[in-house]
Amino acid sequence: MTTLEHDTSSSPEEDAEVSKQWTTRIRRRLVEMLPPERLIPDRQPSFLSSWIYIFGALTIGALAIIILTGMVLSLEGPGWWHTSSLGLFVNSMHLWSVELFFFCMVIHLWGKFFMAAWRGNRQLTWITGAVTFLVSVGAAFTGYVSQTNFDSQWIATQAKDGINSTGVGAFFNVLNFGQMLMWHIVLLPVGVLFLTGLHILMVRRRGIVPPFEDGVNDKSETVASGTQEGTPS
Amino acid sequence: MIGRSILGALVNLTKPGMYVHWGFIQISVANLIVIGLMTLTFILAIAIPFHRKGGRS
Repeated sequence: MTTLEHDTSSSPEEDAEVSKQWTTRIRRRLVEMLPPERLIPDRQPSFLSSWIYIFGALTIGALAIIILTGMVLSLEGPGWWHTSSLGLFVNSMHLWSVELFFFCMVIHLWGKFFMAAWRGNRQLTWITGAVTFLVSVGAAFTGYVSQTNFDSQWIATQAKDGINSTGVGAFFNVLNFGQMLMWHIVLLPVGVLFLTGLHILMVRRRGIVPPFEDGVNDKSETVASGTQEGTPS
Repeated sequence: MIGRSILGALVNLTKPGMYVHWGFIQISVANLIVIGLMTLTFILAIAIPFHRKGGRS
């Protein structure tokens, strides 16, 4: 309580000093960039009433299942996922959530491509999405060569010549199981999660691109602010 | 086991995969089916109306 009283009765000199602190400046800048009501809005624009807008969220849902099942697989190991019935089940869930992830992500990509979702200063939203797609392909590939079965051996031996011909093989050896596993369970998932988080923040900051025929200004910031009349989210 | 039997009745998984050749294009039937399903889902997502809460559309 004494601290509170001290804070509320701070002198103008103290206030000026606090406002110059790097923590204050960073917080102020972040709140300016992405106000809380835009980060987690109460209402959404009415043009979102279409099934085509659900595939981004479905992709995130599939990614959550991939991460959860992947964590279980990494804790239990190949002996478990190849032999026990529960291990086979979790392994299958990991595979099928990846299939669903790419299925939804490609439809999301098509939808955004045909509505030119980079309009209205949304280039970074588009670019982070496209790069996430490419990194995800790498994550899936390293997963296929980390299965520890004949399938993974076949894929690795077929892929090595192509990859070596690009020169990447100098530091990305598909026949090195340990290296592929580390790419698959550490580096690439970190990349996918970071880029996905960045992509979502960009979507919240710039707002979802309005349809061509909507007549709404492409650069409309109010669309994303959650203050415009629309569908409750 | 039952699921495997049912799937085995639909697709014979013990044989090499089937491929479609069209000029320089070569694609597995499995991948072609997935692309077809994605295209169909994309069209349906645009065509089917989205009913909002409260009956507004």
